[in-house]
Amino acid sequence: MANWKKITRRSFMVLGAAVAGGAAFGVYKVTEVPPNPLQAAAGAVPLNPWVIINADGVTVIAPRAEMGQGISTTLAALVAEELDVDWAQVRVLHGPPAQAYFNAGFVDRMSNVPDFINASAPKSHNAIMAAVPKIFSMQLTGGSTGAIGGFEQMRLAGATAREALKAAAAQRLGVSADQLKTEAGMVIGSQSFTYAELAEEAVALVPSDVPLRDPSSWRYLGKPMPRLDMEAKSTGTAQFGIDTWLPGMKFATVRMNPKRGGAMKGFDPAPAMDIAGVEKVIDLGTGIAVVASNTWSAIQAAALVEIDWGHADYPTDSEKMMVRIERAFLEEADSRLRDDGDVQTELAKGGLIEAEYRIPFLAHAAMEPLNAVAWLKADGTLEIWCGNQAPIMTRDACAAAVGLEADKVTLHTPVMGGGFGGRTDTVPAVLAAKVALELRGTPVKVTWSREEDMTQDYYRPAAIARLTGRLDGQKATALWGKTAVPSAARNALNRMLGFAPPGPDRGSVEGGFDQPYGIPNYRYDGHISDLSVPLGFWRSVGNSMNAFFLESFIDEMAHAAGADPLAFRLELMEATHAPSAAVLAKVRDMSGWDALKRPGFGRGVAFCYSFGTPTAQVLEVQETADGIRMTRAWIACDPGLALDPSIIEAQMTGAMVYGLSAAVQGAITFADQQVVETNFYDYEPLRMQNTPSFEVAILQNNGKFGHMGGVGEPGTPPAAPALANALFDLTGRRGRSLPLGQEFDFAA
Amino acid sequence: MTIQLTVNGAALTVDLPGDVPLLWALRDGLGMTGTKFGCGVAACGACTVLVDGAAVRSCQMPIGEVTGQITTIEGLGQPGNLALIQQAWIKHQVAQCGYCQSGQIMQATALLAENPAPSDSDIDAAMQGNLCRCGTYPRIRAAIHEAAQMMKAG
Repeated sequence: MANWKKITRRSFMVLGAAVAGGAAFGVYKVTEVPPNPLQAAAGAVPLNPWVIINADGVTVIAPRAEMGQGISTTLAALVAEELDVDWAQVRVLHGPPAQAYFNAGFVDRMSNVPDFINASAPKSHNAIMAAVPKIFSMQLTGGSTGAIGGFEQMRLAGATAREALKAAAAQRLGVSADQLKTEAGMVIGSQSFTYAELAEEAVALVPSDVPLRDPSSWRYLGKPMPRLDMEAKSTGTAQFGIDTWLPGMKFATVRMNPKRGGAMKGFDPAPAMDIAGVEKVIDLGTGIAVVASNTWSAIQAAALVEIDWGHADYPTDSEKMMVRIERAFLEEADSRLRDDGDVQTELAKGGLIEAEYRIPFLAHAAMEPLNAVAWLKADGTLEIWCGNQAPIMTRDACAAAVGLEADKVTLHTPVMGGGFGGRTDTVPAVLAAKVALELRGTPVKVTWSREEDMTQDYYRPAAIARLTGRLDGQKATALWGKTAVPSAARNALNRMLGFAPPGPDRGSVEGGFDQPYGIPNYRYDGHISDLSVPLGFWRSVGNSMNAFFLESFIDEMAHAAGADPLAFRLELMEATHAPSAAVLAKVRDMSGWDALKRPGFGRGVAFCYSFGTPTAQVLEVQETADGIRMTRAWIACDPGLALDPSIIEAQMTGAMVYGLSAAVQGAITFADQQVVETNFYDYEPLRMQNTPSFEVAILQNNGKFGHMGGVGEPGTPPAAPALANALFDLTGRRGRSLPLGQEFDFAA
Repeated sequence: MTIQLTVNGAALTVDLPGDVPLLWALRDGLGMTGTKFGCGVAACGACTVLVDGAAVRSCQMPIGEVTGQITTIEGLGQPGNLALIQQAWIKHQVAQCGYCQSGQIMQATALLAENPAPSDSDIDAAMQGNLCRCGTYPRIRAAIHEAAQMMKAG
């Protein structure tokens, strides 16, 4: 994979032709088994790409990156369930860049059919699509797909390893393997052996396929497992990328053009060189790096470098950007992914409800600022440590940046101090590699200041939506949603791959077009804006935008109909998708919805079916002397099969906090082409004292058995509309622009 | 410039300019990476350590001005020898990404030393400077109450 971009582009084109023509895609490639990237070492025998047998237990190699979502624990539990090891014997590490670690779960994100329809369709209905993640070596963490992609793969990894170990013991004992059993890391027969004793003999005996255990026998899956990273994260011993520490290493920071994409016309490093500890200022083309004896001195010095920045090719400020986005409404819709019934005829009957909503850009603002460690060694190889969501792409981008073949680059993917979609880009690793090129032989840690992290982010786009609806009595008969937005997916894919697949842009309308509301005339359009501000994938992507638009508007329709907003939703959903209706009913019951309405309090409900998981939330707000407080929140979700209820509860809660943080006061704005907000004092998330209490219910009705929705993102989309709807209930004022803190007085 | 620091009971020497904040002396000078960099302006609490038992933001304290005993997360308890508060954190499975948790635990340690039975509003007041982007606040609250109970039980 020397030239990832070129190969991927060509392959996508071939795929496009294959899908369009209905032809079988290169069969040998679909069935080919990717090679095992793991090599044996003293006391460590890999039986397949996911299982290493050690003297004192097993090491599970996780194909997905851990950024807090708990995936490493769940992937390890899937292996342990089949391998018969005690939980205390299990360790987990992230795998190297390798095709074997492709993410089969991405298939679930490749359809433009609403998920609530797909969930009940047969799983492998399209073998060509199912092979895509493997063929394209999609070693990606994202899209709430980790457990979905690992569900069969990791259990199979454990089961085949177990059978190989049994076969090795059977050879030793001269019996057939089915006379042996396994337990706590041992094969037990007339004589018992530890897995470690058998591992080397087992290598040649790994079967390609074995039956998986019946779920009724599961010991670990479906139970709250102690997270494997919890002790390290409670003792300061977890090694994040930023904690990489090598003897003799230097410390650096970067300062890139704040007018994003603009040139650097020149710079004067002299003022920086006056700072004690500063060793070097490096020209990175569109910015500079400062190398010092410590990170703080580097950051102080970088701010002093006098730089002549060239301009960006986008408007000067947020107001002008919104004008530019609004202009997209004048063009014909290019992403119409839902068009049920005859919207225009129904709306022509008049008596319409109309509303416009506006939302700002958002930053990821993970707690661990962007960083990477790079070391160009004397032998010409490059070693990189960087928390990232796309190892193969990151490695290849680093190789290209310093003129090496990919096999000369080693990339480590340490645990991440938050990701939220913000560690998909290859930029941190690539810039660190470029700094290392100037410090040949010396390892260097490059750390972004918080200000640089926030102003050089790839943002959730700003957007404008216009919705029109019609009621017949208390019943919604038509809904036409239009979202004008620059495409995050096209923007990011063009930057990372050099191209973006053609066709409708699901990411711009998801959360709007794909909801299980049985409105007979239902159309949802995306109008893609040409605004060129750098964009990326932000937790729940387009759902974070369209759920606010649609769920606010559904609320407006309910009020116009004089209906209870929860009952209004339930009625629209009951005949369309029963599991979605069930989460609404659940959140109604657990919150005591009817009793929440009382003087001084407001209640809001919102729903979104995203990443395969219908999720409903109720939020209570209270008017106090200090301002409005968010007091209590209830979440009901249905991910289908729930592999770890404790992790799911944590993800649902955290995702709602993330959404509420943005809804209350999150906004990235521009002035003079530069981002205005630079740190947590002007991009302020929720804190302990203004976070509500939570109650979470996990239902398991969705899809057939084994259907799994994601859990990392679906808690975010309903948060903002639940708050807006609660504020309307409390104050009678409808907040149609985010963040809501601009119009409403929240308690600090 | 050579500066003496007492960290977790040990006298250590760090060779950095005197205006470098304690955070960076710990992380870059001494390789003690349990204390985290989050914002650099005392707005997030990730860098919280104890100086003579009081919680301070180490990103704001030049090493040339530090006097007193510094306690970092490494000094609180280690795997195999956990402090009570760390046991409570594990019992409640608090951490998600975990990046802010060193600072949260140090801040909570200072709170419990001063107030062995904090109410919810005491916890709000003490912990308001410590950000968590994963939204683990409800479990942090539960773990602090748990640690208070454990300390009371001895």
